[in-house]
Formats: sequence, structure tokens, C-alpha cells
Amino acid sequence: MSDMKQLSSTPATHPVHPAEKPGVLVKAGAEPVLKATNITKWFGDNHVLRGASITVWPGETVCILGRSGSGKSTFLRSLNFLEDPTDGTVEIDGVIVGADPFHTEGSERQDRIREVRMRAGMVFQEFNLFPHLSVIENCVEAPIHVKGMDRKEAEAIAEKYLAKVGLLEKRDEYPSRLSGGQRQRVAIARALTMQPKVLLFDEPTSALDPTLVGEVLKVMADLAHEGRTMIVVTHEMDFAHEAADRVYYMDQGEFAEVGPPEQVIDAPKDPRTKEFLSRFRTLGAKK
Amino acid sequence: MHEEAQALAQSVAADEQRRSRGWQNRFRLVWGGIVLLLISFIIFSLNVEISFIQTAAPFILQGVWLTLLVSAVSICLATILAIIGALGRLSRSPLLNGIASFYVSFFRGTPLILQLLFWYLALPQIGVVLDPILCAMAALAMNYGAYMTEIFRAGIQAVPLGQREAAAALGMAPRTAFLRIVAPQAFRIIVPAIGNDFVAMLKDSALASTVGLQEILWRARNVGAKEFKTLQTFMIAGVVYWVLTIVFTAVQNRIEARLSAGDRNKATKG
Repeated sequence: MSDMKQLSSTPATHPVHPAEKPGVLVKAGAEPVLKATNITKWFGDNHVLRGASITVWPGETVCILGRSGSGKSTFLRSLNFLEDPTDGTVEIDGVIVGADPFHTEGSERQDRIREVRMRAGMVFQEFNLFPHLSVIENCVEAPIHVKGMDRKEAEAIAEKYLAKVGLLEKRDEYPSRLSGGQRQRVAIARALTMQPKVLLFDEPTSALDPTLVGEVLKVMADLAHEGRTMIVVTHEMDFAHEAADRVYYMDQGEFAEVGPPEQVIDAPKDPRTKEFLSRFRTLGAKK
Repeated sequence: MHEEAQALAQSVAADEQRRSRGWQNRFRLVWGGIVLLLISFIIFSLNVEISFIQTAAPFILQGVWLTLLVSAVSICLATILAIIGALGRLSRSPLLNGIASFYVSFFRGTPLILQLLFWYLALPQIGVVLDPILCAMAALAMNYGAYMTEIFRAGIQAVPLGQREAAAALGMAPRTAFLRIVAPQAFRIIVPAIGNDFVAMLKDSALASTVGLQEILWRARNVGAKEFKTLQTFMIAGVVYWVLTIVFTAVQNRIEARLSAGDRNKATKG
């Protein structure tokens, strides 16, 4: 903690990992849509993130794996500043926000954070739908009251995405009348209605009954295949294997291994990744 | 076998129903007995003088509107104070939070009757003379506002953090998130408490009789004192307050039931 000053000096250049190459759906010559550089987080004396960096090109799906407590959720939440990182920089679609551990920057930074958030839709583990609003109202709330979108236009967009997640007929239902899987699909539609550049998923199936996981993963896989840009923190190995362009394995606040799923999941090189996946297999085999 | 089990289940259910009906009958009997005892006590052991009651009761009843007016105005003012107070208690500004928590501490930490008398008897010493009705409203509003501040604060804090995070993640500014996401959910938690406090205030407004406000208790005391018949007039006043609280408790239960029905349809967990 004593070297806080030193921590807040952000490197001028964004390091791209040798294994970070544009995925198959990325248009040739496209620039990265998201660059997170040297994301560092201290919770008191606890060094949760140790300078993790990530590069994502438009159209890619990347998965972040790691055991619980490794910092992967904190990393994801730092990308839209739900966690304010102690050090590091996030750039999404040209909007750049750096860490501000001493709160020296004013409201202008808050405005930029909101710009980042409008460009990065988020899907939470616990869905976090607004219980006092119907499904359609959940979806159009932010487009109308944040983007200033016309209600008709917002509803048309929302209906398009509700149809995509297969829940258009539930448009006037309230969240408490939906199953967990349906709620999470509505949450995905809500995030999509903001028309973000990137979707962030924070363990989207971890709170679901096992029988409901499939319907959510299917929606996510469809989105991945049609070229949505997605960053997914997950324990679903099959999903990562099938849908991800790249997999990041996080251990103790840094990325231990980066690469295509065939490499990181099937043939991990790093001993930490190996150990994690071996536990996974053992448990998986018992099922 | 199946039919046997069904028959058994039916007879068990019928027996349960019989027993609960029996319990309710005995319960009503107890109430009826107590009321009957009270009435006969009044009629036989006291010189009731129907003619006196006939003049006293209307006089006391005229105080009902004043009791209702003072309570209604005070609960509205208290609600406004509580909203401001709760925002203060949740504020990160040491100034606002300090003022709000001092307000709560002071007005909850001193007797309501002291506060009332302060408005009426102490303020004139510095040249501020207020009408009794204003004193009553000020005292009740400030005192209840302090209690309700804490209820409102708890109601706002009871809205899960995830709701604020979801709103923030969608790009909502804190103010928008509070007004559109947090406040409506907190409101559903708070409304029953306001009803509760209104019923309590109906009774506490009787304290205003001490500063000469001509509400129910003041009238009962004065009309009774003249002929040394406060026992009768206090009984009347008691019944009037009792009926008022029964009526408004019923109203409040209705509102609460409607809100929780909304909960079943709408809100539980996002």
C-alpha cells in the first residue's frame, strides 16, 4: 500500500499478449474494441488484481476461467468500473478511463465512466432485473432515460431482442413470474437493447438451476456465433470450448495462460491451468 | 386403498375446520363478554344520565375533525421531513449526514410532550408565539419525522445493492438510478410504515389537549370537569379514539394487502 503513487503510474502502451490475435469473425484490419491495460486492484491489503491486461477485437467472444477468488469477476467488473481499479486503464470503443485511486478527477471522469457503461452491457450472476418493472419496461428503461431514445423506437428494439432470446410473449410479465433461465434471458435482452459494443457476462449461469443453464447458454452461443463481442466469466467449460475465440486463465489476479480453447483447455501449458482443469475433469467425470 | 386415504384426508380436514370454527366462536364470546361487562358496569354502578351523554357526546365528537386534521397534516409534514432526513442520513457529505443524524438523535431522544410544550410555552420567551394547532403540528411532525427518517433510511437500504449496480451498469447517473429504480422499490417497503405511524399519531395528537387545542381529549376533559363527570366523558373519548384507530387500521391493512399482492404478482427478487 505504501507504493500507491508508483502503482498509479499507468504504462503508456497497451501490452498485447503474443496469443492475442483477432478471432475468426473479426474483419481484417479492425482495431480492438476493448483494451484493458494493467488492471490492478487492492482491497485494503489484499492484492486482488495484479496488472491484468486484455485485448478484444469486435466480433470476438473471449472467456475468462479461473477458480473462485482468483479475481476474474473483479476484473470483469473493473472493465465498466463497478469496481474502481487501483491502477490501470480501460478503453472501450475509443472512450478511455484511467484509474483514479485518489479521487482527484471530477465529474468529467464520471461522465466518461457512464459512456463506457453505455458501450458495455452487463449480465449479472443474480440477474438483477428491476422487480417493479415489467419485462419490456426493464428493457426500455435505460434506452429512454439514459440515451434519451424515443419510447416507440426503444420498444421496437427491445421487442427484437426479446424475440431473439425467445421471450417476446412475456413482454408484459413481471420478473417474479419468470423462471431463473427466463430472467437471465430477459437480462440479456435488456443489455442488448442499449446496443452496446461489448457484452460482459459475470458467471451468468452460476445462480441457475442446472436444468435451466442450457437455455441461457444457447442464447449466449447464438450471440457469439453471430459476431457479438462478448467477454464471459464462466465455469462452463463446454461453452468456452465451443464459443470462445480465446480463453484466459486467471490465477491470483493475473492471467496465467492465454490462447485458443483447444490449447488452454485441452492442452494447458501452465502448471496452474493444468491443475485447475484436472480438478474440473475429475468432478466432471463423476457427474 | 386410494379412496380410503381420500376419505381419511377429508375427515381430517373437516375436523380441523370444526375446531377452528369452535376457537373463533369462543374468541368472539370473550370479546362480547368483556364489552357486555363494561356496559353493564357503567349502567348499573354509575349514574349514567343519558341526558348528560346526549349533550356531551356530540360536543366531544366535534373534536374528531380537528384530531384528523392535525394528524393528517402532521403525517404529511413528517413524511417530507423523513424523506429529507433519510437522504441526509445516506449522504456522503459530513455536513448533511451530521445535520440529519443530529435531528434524529435529538427528536427521538426527548419526550414528545416536552417538544410540544417547548413550541407552545418556551418559544414565546424569545418572542415566537404560535397558535396551538401550529404547535401541535410542528411537534408531531418533527417528532414523527425523526422516527420515520430511520424507517425510510432502512427502506432505501433494503433495496438490494444489485439493483443499483444494474442501473449503474446501464449507464444511469446516480440520481436517475435513485429516482427510477431505488425509490419505487423503497416506497413499497415504506408505505405500510407510514400507515402505521398515522394510526399512532391519531392517538398521540391527544397530547395537543395540553396546549389548549380543542380536539377530542380536550373536549372530553372540559365538558366532564364542569359537572365532575370525566369518567363518562373519558369513556366516550376512549371509544371515539378506539373506533378511529380500528377504522384506519383496517384502511391500512387494505393498503398493505394490496401492496403485498402486488409483490406476489410483481416483485420479490429480480
